Amino acid sequence: MAAKKASPDLVNSSFSFKSLKLKTKQQELLLRVSILGLVYVLAFIARLFSVLRYESMIHEFDPYFNYRTTLFLTEKGFYEFWNWFDSESWYPLGRIIGGTLYPGLMVTAALIYWTLRFLRFFVHIREVCVLTAPFFASNTTLVAYFFGKEIWDTGAGLVAAALIAICPGYISRSVAGSYDNEAVAIFALLLTFYLFVKAVKTGSLSWALGSAFGYFYMVSAWGGYVFIINLVPLYVLVLLITGRYSMRLYVAYNCMYILGMLLAMQIRFVGFQHVQSGEHMAAMGVFLLMQVFYFLDWVKHQLNDTKLFQTFLRITVTSAILVGGIALGVGTASGYISPWTGRFYSLLDPTYAKDHIPIIASVSEHQPTAWSSFMFDYHILLFLFPAGLYFCFKRLSDATIFIVMYGLTSLYFAGVMVRLILVATPAVCLISAIAVSATVKNLTSLLRTKQKVPQTGSTKGVGSSKSSSKVTLDQSQPFHKNGAIALLVGVFYLLSRYAIHCTWVTSEAYSSPSIVLAARGAHGNRIIFDDYREAYYWLRQNTPTDAKVMSWWDYGYQITAMGNRTVIVDNNTWNNTHIATVGRAMSSYEDEAYDIMRSLDVNYVLVVFGGVTGYSSDDINKFLWMVRIGGGVYPVIKEPDYLVNGEFRVDKGASPKMLNCLMYKLCYYRFGELVTEYGKPTGYDRARGVEIGNKDIKLEHLEEAYTTSNWIVRIYRVKPPTNRL
Amino acid sequence: MKKNSSVVVDLLLLLLAITVLATPAFSDLVLSKVERRIDVTSQIARVTKTLKVVNSGSESVSEFTLTFPKFLSNNLAYLSVSHSEGKGKAKRSLANLSVKEAHPKGMPDSISFYSVSLPKPLSKGDTLTLEVVAAFTNVLQPFPEKITQRDIHLVMLQESAQYLSPYVVESQSLSIKLPNARIESYSKLENTKVQGSEIKYGPYKNLAQYSYAPIVVHFESKAAFAVAERLVREIEVSHWGNVQVTEHYNLVHRGAQLKGEFSRLEYQDRPNPQGVSAFRHLLARLPPRAHSIYYRDDIGNISTSQMQSDSKKTELLIEPRFPLFGGWKTFFTIGYGLPLSDFLFASEGKRFLDISFGSPMIDLVTEKLIVQVVLPEGSKDISVTTPFAVKQSHEIKYSHLDIAGRPVVVLEKNNVVPDHNQKIQVYYKFSNINLLSEPLMLITGFFVLFITCIIYTRADFSISKSSAAYLAKLQWDEVLATLQEVQNIIQKCLAAHDKLEASLRDLSRTGDIQTCKAARKSTDSLLKDLSKELRPLLASLQSFPSASQISPKVEELVAKERELQEKLMAKHTTVVEGYEKKSSGRDIENRIASQQQKIIALRQEVDDLLEFIDEI
Repeated sequence: MAAKKASPDLVNSSFSFKSLKLKTKQQELLLRVSILGLVYVLAFIARLFSVLRYESMIHEFDPYFNYRTTLFLTEKGFYEFWNWFDSESWYPLGRIIGGTLYPGLMVTAALIYWTLRFLRFFVHIREVCVLTAPFFASNTTLVAYFFGKEIWDTGAGLVAAALIAICPGYISRSVAGSYDNEAVAIFALLLTFYLFVKAVKTGSLSWALGSAFGYFYMVSAWGGYVFIINLVPLYVLVLLITGRYSMRLYVAYNCMYILGMLLAMQIRFVGFQHVQSGEHMAAMGVFLLMQVFYFLDWVKHQLNDTKLFQTFLRITVTSAILVGGIALGVGTASGYISPWTGRFYSLLDPTYAKDHIPIIASVSEHQPTAWSSFMFDYHILLFLFPAGLYFCFKRLSDATIFIVMYGLTSLYFAGVMVRLILVATPAVCLISAIAVSATVKNLTSLLRTKQKVPQTGSTKGVGSSKSSSKVTLDQSQPFHKNGAIALLVGVFYLLSRYAIHCTWVTSEAYSSPSIVLAARGAHGNRIIFDDYREAYYWLRQNTPTDAKVMSWWDYGYQITAMGNRTVIVDNNTWNNTHIATVGRAMSSYEDEAYDIMRSLDVNYVLVVFGGVTGYSSDDINKFLWMVRIGGGVYPVIKEPDYLVNGEFRVDKGASPKMLNCLMYKLCYYRFGELVTEYGKPTGYDRARGVEIGNKDIKLEHLEEAYTTSNWIVRIYRVKPPTNRL
Repeated sequence: MKKNSSVVVDLLLLLLAITVLATPAFSDLVLSKVERRIDVTSQIARVTKTLKVVNSGSESVSEFTLTFPKFLSNNLAYLSVSHSEGKGKAKRSLANLSVKEAHPKGMPDSISFYSVSLPKPLSKGDTLTLEVVAAFTNVLQPFPEKITQRDIHLVMLQESAQYLSPYVVESQSLSIKLPNARIESYSKLENTKVQGSEIKYGPYKNLAQYSYAPIVVHFESKAAFAVAERLVREIEVSHWGNVQVTEHYNLVHRGAQLKGEFSRLEYQDRPNPQGVSAFRHLLARLPPRAHSIYYRDDIGNISTSQMQSDSKKTELLIEPRFPLFGGWKTFFTIGYGLPLSDFLFASEGKRFLDISFGSPMIDLVTEKLIVQVVLPEGSKDISVTTPFAVKQSHEIKYSHLDIAGRPVVVLEKNNVVPDHNQKIQVYYKFSNINLLSEPLMLITGFFVLFITCIIYTRADFSISKSSAAYLAKLQWDEVLATLQEVQNIIQKCLAAHDKLEASLRDLSRTGDIQTCKAARKSTDSLLKDLSKELRPLLASLQSFPSASQISPKVEELVAKERELQEKLMAKHTTVVEGYEKKSSGRDIENRIASQQQKIIALRQEVDDLLEFIDEI
């Protein structure tokens, strides 16, 4: 103002400046795009902690299989990949890889790899695999933005994108190197849901088509697609019941279901299951119901007589239910419709796996979720979620009903299994984002209306204080205003705590590759235990190429990928009997185990042992599961034989069977002569904190072939049978 | 035992050959004094010979013949002959002499001949001193061939105590330097002495041609028998200032093989660890200023390595993932960057890379060495000079952003020992303009990307130009444009209002009534112009059916604004009149108080309306 007054010539120049200034809408767009861009980058770089802390490497167990198959795909091409019979695993059965995997992840990585090569960037396939998960996590934030925009507004979309970018529940499965199906599947899941909601909202065929393709991608990527194919019909059913049936819904669901089904059947691992297995029947039932509904609607339109229609309705509904029920019954009885699988049961009933399928229950990520891990993975989202639900119910629409249903069902599953927290994360983030966005919006609008009065007043100088009409209003506002400011500060405090928590969790808990273990030394220095790779590399270099390695199934994928040797069982636990055989060998006496190993052509046995370093997830601690799984198939193995008064021990008080079984002998061979900790007797097991019970272990049919520097992995050679002279 | 027995057969053949060998086939040279020193402290047997040659014949001789038993020459990795002049301290060795394999007729297969061309023909009675350096690999045979972890590592050396030569030797002596004093056994001939870790044979006088006295020394060796079965060195030249060296090692321990168990307990036992035959680490001596060093293998980074550097060298101590026992293998890759200025030079319009040929590892034998020199894309006229014979070929390598690919010179050599670590030169022509091609490509790529984005957002890709939705969208765009214009005009009006207010404030300060009036006049005309502009816009807005909900608001806005104008003008007039009548400030203020309130209220309403329109 002062400038204008001083020289009127400047007025023109300031006008031209003003015309250069962006319009509010453009400003908003710029702001939105830059926020999204930042969130996109943030989601990517937050996941690079693992590369910084360790190195660019593949993590954990399953990713090693995915990496190996991707390598195969890029080297041999898609056709070979599709027809790949892998004789390196499940010896002597082998595994038809092409027909027993979800190829989405590998094909995605290979496509990225080929694209980069086409663009003349000669990167290593490993780098592509390592960075696939962060890349897709970034893409997920974009989808979350659009989804949030669809169910609430752009503000909620932005908040959702920011929340999901760093939510630990998602980061745990998508850090760099975590090259697993989930990495792309969450993107596909959210994309499918978003497109479907969009299709329902617009009734447009193109969006429905998009969602069918999203579904196809999801099916190709992860077995979790079953969640989609059950949630979507459930949602449609709810809409039907609540009287929200519309032509839009009809178009969206029918197109999505039919096309999605046809596309999904192209994946060999799914194939005809999609129309035959019990898990997919809900979708088909709802599809038929929809036709009946539409038909009735049409009849109602034709018949103007309500009474006639009532009778007609009764007859049709009864006969439809009858026909459906009979078809289902006949299908199930004749075996045409396969019953639900154990995994599906264990999802619905948390106690099912414990009683019936020990192999599922033995995996730590299949355990029911503890409260602490909810808090760990969601932090403030945990109580923003109910608030978000409140807002959703307040503004009920087709879209919000969907997100509410998604949130509630997935949260239930998250409670059943730890790993399914991942599926619930997008829903929790979206609903929480609604809560944050709606709250902040309400608060700021409170602030803004009030700020305007003093502003205009101050420009007008004396006048405003005298404006009597506003005075009464103003007096009630300072309280409101302060409250709003306090609440806003609170919200921002919470959000910043969330950001800090997420960063901390990512860097401390979720960035470990679990192949390389790190610990702090006495002087705070970092000690690296690289024993796994040491052992696998030894296998790769110093054993015959056709050697067969027996180990517990956890290490199967790693041995084939890093050790490049044939394994008896691996993480694709498709044959329970085979695993039970290995479990039986491990829990038998050496000579009995020797017969089993001879029959399986085993040359090397690999065990993981944490007694020297205090590494607790070793084979001794997993041993009871081997006994249980072995005993489930071979009744010779009885769990009580290995327990003393229901207690699992390895010290002097352990049961004699335990002290002489193969696993015990292999783990503790010559351990009795070692001093692990100062001031403790020899053979002191640091992982369990006891002195071992059997220090004098003699091996008859096996010999120590290699033990890593920290004794974590021990490899034994199976001796050839002695000559019978 | 297979290897050993074949050596024994070789030896017998050799002896047989020697006995049947016909006498003088070579010139009348006489070796007046031969000193041989064999150094077997590492896995390589390094033989140094000092030969004093005298021409006792009548003709001058220009060629000298060196002989080795076949079983040794099969393992001959390196041979160089130089002649030295002067005596004692002042002795200096001159340039290397050229050596080539010779196949004289009538000679048995079990002896290899190498002919050395002398610097100048040796005339009658002249003497010449030759220095011969030869390095043999695989001549130290582990015996026993298989040992357990607790055993010590013993090896065997077979040689001749007398110098095998086609010439008469007047005096010769041999000394064998062993790694330590622990000698299992050795052949005892006359004049044999053991001094600590050294065994001396001789001197022996007046030996006939082709004298041969086989000896065997069996001793302990703690040296690392590290052999690279295959080593690929990739040297990539980047004219951005870096030479990137990547070395892929297929390493094997060629000592006695481990049999039985490997016990970690015993291996880690303190104070007397078992398993001395294994080696834990290797030392690489890299050029100075090496940077970005990495050490990894197929399955990732290997964290056990240490680096020390000073201005002379960079030392890298690498530890394989596991200790290597006899027969164990490993594969790893090390890589490092070197400053370009240390290795690339220019001469005669060409550039040349001057870099060491062999592996930087100490005491490493390489069975097959492949050196790939990757030159920048666009290099021409490539030629290589090497101090010894290598197999050469050319390849193309594709790296980031390459179109034609980078020319690669591939050099191959078998049986390489550290003596081969000599400089090679790769000459090529390269113009600096090529340096810009890759950045330019990137720039073009991004440029095209952005252009496509711009075109995509600006262009109209609608298929049916006559569909209702499309037309509605077009119309809506027009409505928005009109709205924007209306908003602009209103903003201008508001700015004019502000100017009017400012002129009033000026008035209260300066009391200059005329300027104030002039200001009002100009504002008035400006506002009139603006309202004229506004009229057609409003009309067009009303004509759009899609704007039916907005146009009343806009009209309201315009009406309010007009009212505001009038009020402001009225206020202005009042104030100016007040000043003309010289009324007191308070008086004027009282008079305009009600007007002022209305103005504020109106302004508020206009702002609200503007905001509403803004949010459409």
